[in-house]
Amino acid sequence: MLKLGASRLAPYVMAMLMLATAPHSASAEPRATEFKLSNGMEVVVIPDHRAPVVTHMVWYKVGAADEPHGVSGIAHFLEHLMFKSTDKIAVGEFSKIISRLGGQDNAFTGQDVTAYHQRISKDQLKTLMEMEADRMTHLRLTNDEVATERQVIIEERRSRIDNNPTARLDEQMNAALYLSHPYGVPVIGWAHEMAKLSRDDALRFYKRYYAPNNAILVVAGDVTPEEVKRLAEETYGKLPANPEVETRSRPQEPPHIAPRRITLKDPRAGNASFHRYYITPSYVTAKPGDAEALDLLMKILADGSTSRLYRKLVVEDKLAATTGGDYSGASLDSGAISLYAVASNGDLKAVEDDVDAVLNEVRKNGVTELELERAKKALTASYIYSSDNQASLARRYGWSVAIGRTIDQVEDWPAAIVKVTPEDVKRVANEYLDAHSSVTGWLLPEADDSNGAGEQVSQPVVHTRS
Amino acid sequence: MVAARSLRTSMHAVLGRLSVASLAVLSVAFLATLSTTANAMKIQTVKSPGGIEAWLVEEHAVPMMAMRFAFDGGSSQDPAGKEGVANFVTAMLDEGAGDLKSQDFQERMEDLSMRMNYEEAKDAFYGNFETLTENRDESAKLLKLALTKPRFDDDAVERIRQQLLASLAYAKRDPDKVAQNEWYAVAFAGHPYARPSNGTEETVAKMTGADLEAYRKRVFAKDKLKVVAVGDITPEQFGKLLDEVFGDLPAKADLLPVAKTDPVHGGRQTVVDMDVPQSVAVFGLGAMPRKDPDFMAAFVLNQIIGGGGFASKLMEEVREKRGLAYSVYTYVYPYQHTSIFSGGVATRNDMMGQSLDIIREELQKMANGELSQTDLDNAKSYLIGSYPLRFDTNAKIASQLLGLQMDGFGPEYVDNRNAMVAAVTLDDLKRVAKRLLDTNDLIVTVVGKPALQQAKKG
Repeated sequence: MLKLGASRLAPYVMAMLMLATAPHSASAEPRATEFKLSNGMEVVVIPDHRAPVVTHMVWYKVGAADEPHGVSGIAHFLEHLMFKSTDKIAVGEFSKIISRLGGQDNAFTGQDVTAYHQRISKDQLKTLMEMEADRMTHLRLTNDEVATERQVIIEERRSRIDNNPTARLDEQMNAALYLSHPYGVPVIGWAHEMAKLSRDDALRFYKRYYAPNNAILVVAGDVTPEEVKRLAEETYGKLPANPEVETRSRPQEPPHIAPRRITLKDPRAGNASFHRYYITPSYVTAKPGDAEALDLLMKILADGSTSRLYRKLVVEDKLAATTGGDYSGASLDSGAISLYAVASNGDLKAVEDDVDAVLNEVRKNGVTELELERAKKALTASYIYSSDNQASLARRYGWSVAIGRTIDQVEDWPAAIVKVTPEDVKRVANEYLDAHSSVTGWLLPEADDSNGAGEQVSQPVVHTRS
Repeated sequence: MVAARSLRTSMHAVLGRLSVASLAVLSVAFLATLSTTANAMKIQTVKSPGGIEAWLVEEHAVPMMAMRFAFDGGSSQDPAGKEGVANFVTAMLDEGAGDLKSQDFQERMEDLSMRMNYEEAKDAFYGNFETLTENRDESAKLLKLALTKPRFDDDAVERIRQQLLASLAYAKRDPDKVAQNEWYAVAFAGHPYARPSNGTEETVAKMTGADLEAYRKRVFAKDKLKVVAVGDITPEQFGKLLDEVFGDLPAKADLLPVAKTDPVHGGRQTVVDMDVPQSVAVFGLGAMPRKDPDFMAAFVLNQIIGGGGFASKLMEEVREKRGLAYSVYTYVYPYQHTSIFSGGVATRNDMMGQSLDIIREELQKMANGELSQTDLDNAKSYLIGSYPLRFDTNAKIASQLLGLQMDGFGPEYVDNRNAMVAAVTLDDLKRVAKRLLDTNDLIVTVVGKPALQQAKKG
């Protein structure tokens, strides 16, 4: 079936002369505007007048990595529970009201952020803002609602993780990658902790983090900053700030002194595959230019069929059916690099050696001018292409501001990409492709015989009853 | 590549309250939007000097254009024994053409910042093309090469074969994919729609460059071509581009006949054993064709049943009230040679029987006329009010319009669509529910280790 709106098909709408000339001639780009309400709530407005619709998002500067120890999954669980009721909105009505207004709504949770978002005709914006402001401080929950919704998130875990061998490996590798930092705990939570999440856990987390002075409003679409300001003052602006909201402070990583390895055997794995993660700086923690250099490095190494990994493992040596990887830098405390290769014939040792040969080569000799120019062109192009979509624009700004970046940094990103030199790329390759802070994962399509031959140990099945 | 997508790891997973993937694949034309947007959006019909017809929405603010096109006959044109050939071709069209070998071709695309990709469905072979205005002529030449002179070199065929095989190996154990494939195999046994569009390990292993070329020659032809462009191009320029890119294709496609069909009647329930903690079920039955007078009522009905996310009945009963599943959804999908109402649910093994019972009961209630004016009003107000959301990017506009062409409608559909939704009455809804939702015909496939003792066979 034709999948509409797949991101790789996304077009463009901004001024794209950038592509043809210098990626930083951003003058024709829409500039976002930001301001603060008197209660401390940040507001970002991104005008886009092509259609009479708006994307409205509220971002909370809290995510799974802020959960108390042993209460994993509560950030995401609370996100589900936010759709229950308030004094003004009956149970389960939130999404139904939006639907009747011709809108679409949803929400998501990451390690650093939690966001609630709607797309709707512009004349309904105020109603939306009233509803979102209402549930920022007036959420009501019953024990029954909590018990039922807990079953839903446990089913969600089964769908996303337990039924999916790659996701199971990913979870184990992340847990091994971080020795102390909570990024090692899955956003959805560990099953045994999810089973115990309570109404009190949810409300405690809610009261501590959900407040205007810990939130960012992002509105993209057919609006002006003046309109949004007026509406925001009439809605969110009426909420009191919560002086108890704390600055986030998480356990940080100790020095990493040994590479780690994980082998997961799962009969449903398909072809054997190789995976490698490295901890790196993020856009928030990196020295200026390093995160951009990491983005370019990974574009050259691992993105698509012109990448070095693909050329070497798939085209030349025919060891892998496909390869890939990327740099995730949009996080608060650290970023990460991930790489993978799906073996053609199951020889993961040969695949791993070949991947390491590619990495060693780039550490030793860096990248060429031509490769770097192509990579810059591709990254600045995708920045522009994704700007066609108002929802992706809102997400780009919201995510960045929620982890402490400025809108100038967002908009100057293409220019910062252009500044990166081949020497920068070589340097970050040497600095951050460091085996000591890495995890290597092998996913094997075999029965799990980890406890000895012949005895098949059953998979970690979650049995939950409530 | 499918393999890459399905194996992609996520370092910093982001969880949505309801993932997009689990929402219904609400597709194409009948979601097309409309009017305030339409007022601003002028759809022109263009005929090239060489006689190729297409639709154009001019948008000169940005020096770029997007073009989407389709040839009739997607994977349903795969010859018997060559299942998966259309899918194989979609992966091969940027693997070299004319004098450019694979790597040269791909680097040339990068140098032009041109985007080109392909996707096959059961009824059509889709192409997407995007270019900057200043590179338009060069990009068009490259696109033409891909469509008219793909190389299908042995080494490239071999490489893509390995990727497709890896993807199949993974899909074979993916409960969602297995359930989908099994549903089509049961519903359309003996018809091309029953066959897996990605092929099988056997057929993909044997596919040759000659097979790919044979498919291309039969399917890529002017009489079965539909094209939409959105962006910075005038009708005259677009006419020239149409002739440049498509002008050398054969006038007539050579398609295998595909018979009209209906999903099998009488009800079926199939279980595919798989050792997973959560079972996945796909259910469905035949629906009315796209141009049936009752189609729009069925479309609105689907919104009420399971097409409306959190506002739908099944979501309410299965997830919100009982916590049985994260995702439950339905959709109506009109193919060229059949039409289906289908849906899915994933729930832990021991509760699958209960979930399916609830779904059956809800469908039966609606067939019995348990539908209210409020249900109808809410669904209509969503469908009408959300129309502009379908037209807020160039990409979406192009997709929506191509979908209309594929379904045989003209540009005026966009202006009339909301009135058609508004015209659906409660009587229509009840009549169509009775006609559509014969639960004795429900075809159910389940993958996992489900407890189904409670499930009633149809």
